[in-house]
Parts: sequence; C-alpha cells; structure tokens
Amino acid sequence: MTTAPTPLKQTPLNAAHRRLGARMVDFGGWDMPVQYPAGTVEEHLRTRRHCGLFDVSHMGEIEVRGTDAIPFVNRLCSNDVTKLANGQAHYTALTTPEGTVVDDLLVYRFAEDHLLLVVNASTTEKDWDWINAHRGDETVKLANRSADFCQIAVQGPDALAILQTLTETPLSEIKYYHFREGAVDGVPAIISRTGYTGEDGFEVYAAPERAEQLWNRILEAGGHGTTEGILSCGLAARNTLRLESAMALYGHEIDETTTLYEANLGWICKLNKGDFTGRERLAQQKAEGVKQKLVGFEVTDRGIARDGYPVLINGEPLGRVTSGSPAPFLKKNIGLAYVPVEHANEGQEIHIEVRGRPVAARIVPVPFYKRERKTSQ
Amino acid sequence: MADIPDDLHYSKDHEWIRVEGDTGTVGITDHAQNQLGDIVYVELPRVGDSLEAGGVFGQVESVKAANDLYSPVSGEVTELNETLNDDPEQVNKDPYGAAWMLRLRLKDAGEVDKLMNAAEYEDYTKKITE
Repeated sequence: MTTAPTPLKQTPLNAAHRRLGARMVDFGGWDMPVQYPAGTVEEHLRTRRHCGLFDVSHMGEIEVRGTDAIPFVNRLCSNDVTKLANGQAHYTALTTPEGTVVDDLLVYRFAEDHLLLVVNASTTEKDWDWINAHRGDETVKLANRSADFCQIAVQGPDALAILQTLTETPLSEIKYYHFREGAVDGVPAIISRTGYTGEDGFEVYAAPERAEQLWNRILEAGGHGTTEGILSCGLAARNTLRLESAMALYGHEIDETTTLYEANLGWICKLNKGDFTGRERLAQQKAEGVKQKLVGFEVTDRGIARDGYPVLINGEPLGRVTSGSPAPFLKKNIGLAYVPVEHANEGQEIHIEVRGRPVAARIVPVPFYKRERKTSQ
Repeated sequence: MADIPDDLHYSKDHEWIRVEGDTGTVGITDHAQNQLGDIVYVELPRVGDSLEAGGVFGQVESVKAANDLYSPVSGEVTELNETLNDDPEQVNKDPYGAAWMLRLRLKDAGEVDKLMNAAEYEDYTKKITE
C-alpha cells in the first residue's frame, strides 16, 4: 500500500469500523470504510429494503452566527436562504462568479442569526477559505466546527422505527428536510430528516466523543447481525445508492468547471432572490441555454461505464461519464454523463467507450430509482 | 484468513496458476476476490490470443471499480471459462475452483519457477495488508 505524506484523518468511529471488519481506504485524506464484510451489494440492498447505517463524520460543519447570517449566506449561495424557517434545511451550492460550483452543501437554520453549513469532507478547508475570503460588511461570526460533530446517517424504510426506539423526539413529526434538537440514547443530538441514499432516513449530529455510543446503540436497536436488520454500510454503497437516485457528487457531476444549469441544478438557482455570486452568469446561461447537460444513461450492451469514460455519439467522442457503476437494486449498469445539449434527449442512443471498445447505451430519465413516498413525509 | 492452496503458483498481481503438463489454468486468488468485493463482470481474452507474463489479459470488475487481470506466465489461450459471463459472482464464491478463468499452453515452463509458492504468497499478502 502507498504511504501517504500526511497521516490520514480519522473519524471518531475509526476503531468501530475496524472491529466490524471494514476494509478501510484513503478517501480524500480520510481513513474511511469502503465496505464491511457483507459487501457493497448487500449493504446497498439492505438500505433499500430495511436500513443502512453510515458514518459520515468526515463531512465538514461551518457555523455562521450573527444578525447578518442569512444575507451573508444568501450572497454566497444559489438557493434562497430567506425561505428557510427555523428547524428547516435545504440543499444549495457555493458558487463562483462564473456560476460554477465551489461546493454543494446543506444549510440548516437554527435561528435567524444562526445557520450551520454542512459541506463535503474534501472541500471543507477550501470552503472555509472561500467563505472567509468573501466576507463583506455583514456582521457575522464564522466558526469551523467540523471537529465538534460526528455525523451518523440512518437510512432506509426501517430507519424511523429503529431510531425512534432511542429518542423521545417524535420522528414522524419531522418533515423531510427539517430537523430538531433532541437526544438519541440520552446524547444531545441534531436529528435531521435528510440523507444521500434516496431513502427516507435521518442524519444525526452529536459530539464526537459520543459517536461510538450512538453507533453501537443504533446497530443494537436495529438488529445488526440479523438478515433483515440494520447493516453498517461503507462509502461504496453510499456511492451506488446516491447514483441510483441521480444525486450529484462533488468532484464528479459538479466542480468549478460545471455550472448549476448544466448539472440540472437549476432548482437550487434562485435568480430572483437578489444578487449572489455568479448570478449574472447564471442568468445569462439560463437565457441563452446551456451547451452541455448532465444526463442519465443505461448501458444496454455488456459492459460497465466508469467515471471518466468517453461518451460517443454517432462515433464521435462528444461527452464524458461523470459517474458510472453497476446499480445493485436496479440490476443495471447505469451512469451520469455530460453530453452536448442537442443530444441530451431521453431515448438518444449513445456509446460508452470502455477500454477502447464502444458499448451501447441509452439516455434515460433520472432519477433511475425513486422510492415510494408515504403520506407522512 | 485467505485460503491459499498448496498446489498452486502465485503472482504478485494475485493470480494463481495450476500447472498440468504444458497446460496452465489461471484465476485470481481468494485474497484478491476478498479485496475486490462483489464481482459483477469478468472480461476475458479470446482463444488463440498470446499472453505475455505480466501482461494484461482481461478485467475483473467489482461494483466499485474495474481491475486489470495479469497473466502470471506467457502462453497461448486454449480455453476460456465462459460460465463467468453469466455468473461472475463465482469468483467470490469459488476462486480456485468454479471461477478458473482461462487455460493456456505454456510458452516457457521456466517462468513458473519465478512465481511464488503458497508459503511465499502468504507472507507476501501479510506484508501488503499490514
């Protein structure tokens, strides 16, 4: 194995993963579980059918406090923070003046003068620097709180019932993309009805020194070790679950070279909310139309598309795969790709160049997978 | 602990070869399948292809990634395990048996002596997983 120049960062659950027999990998400088002995396919399916437990403590948390917290974040991000109520969260992007993406993130509103930005692990420092560099005359106090939280995601149709056994907070009352401050197994926690799997579920934020307690108690409550119980899941399953749900992954579908409209993220681009970084370019792109667009595709021939593979249209290399993988629940080989907008139509036949060989594929609607929503959500 | 049969030879790329006369049967090791995780796709060469020792002869893909398969010795492919097309998961279940990948006619029997025996391969896998 390669020796890293700097030691890998560890989440507070590192020892717990090793005890469960996880295979650990370097993920953007973090020593993270890629899969446990059950394997990626089982972890993925268990999350779809019952419940999966994920350590996402590597995610960054940036706190914004002060009377101008909302106008400040609204100026740096594309979604409209003024629309959030206390106890509500939304998906948004930190944008560049070109309308491309510094990072995608969740913004939690605790109070009018208190927001929490939850950002990607590998971009936490970049975001922190960016946000600080773009301070204006607003009255805000910024704090990088990344080391103060563990984050555990409980995802799947059984997530609510499992987590409910450990908390007095009435979970069914928390609407999708809302959160409450409460306690899980007596541990003070932020309980958020969010996730990155396409399933119903919760993300629990708590003090890192209580991470193992929470992790073990949730596994126990969920019947870990039984065939229909909760299962600990690694980053590989997290990736296939989000891909089936066609959710963007920073560094793949979105980065500082792709705009929100190209990435089908126009829904978090609120041009009428007032000025924000990149607004002008995004408005221009919306008016003129994009040149390339992110689409979903299904491989129809034998072969698996992978990140970075060229997309051929009528034999010409005109696009690239941003994420490609077998989809364990759908039992298809799927992917997301950028293609010229004139070819970005459902049903369009394309080829993916797999190690020099063109493999047939077809553009299909996204998300590839959509759960059936119950009325309470 | 990974299973490492005594009667096989092993390459540093985690392929095994069973030698019978001038024929070699090739597959990947238990350690390799374990590291790769769920195998979902195996791509093999064609019968008649000439393989070089250390050269890529195909691909084994897990959910996570595509990985090159390296030939432990040189030779001409004489037979392929076509059942892996439909049942690639055999590689996880029976890497030394049902999931053999190809047979080849050895070009130079001396190449086999450069490979590791079971004890050497066991030491090798211990070292790289430390």
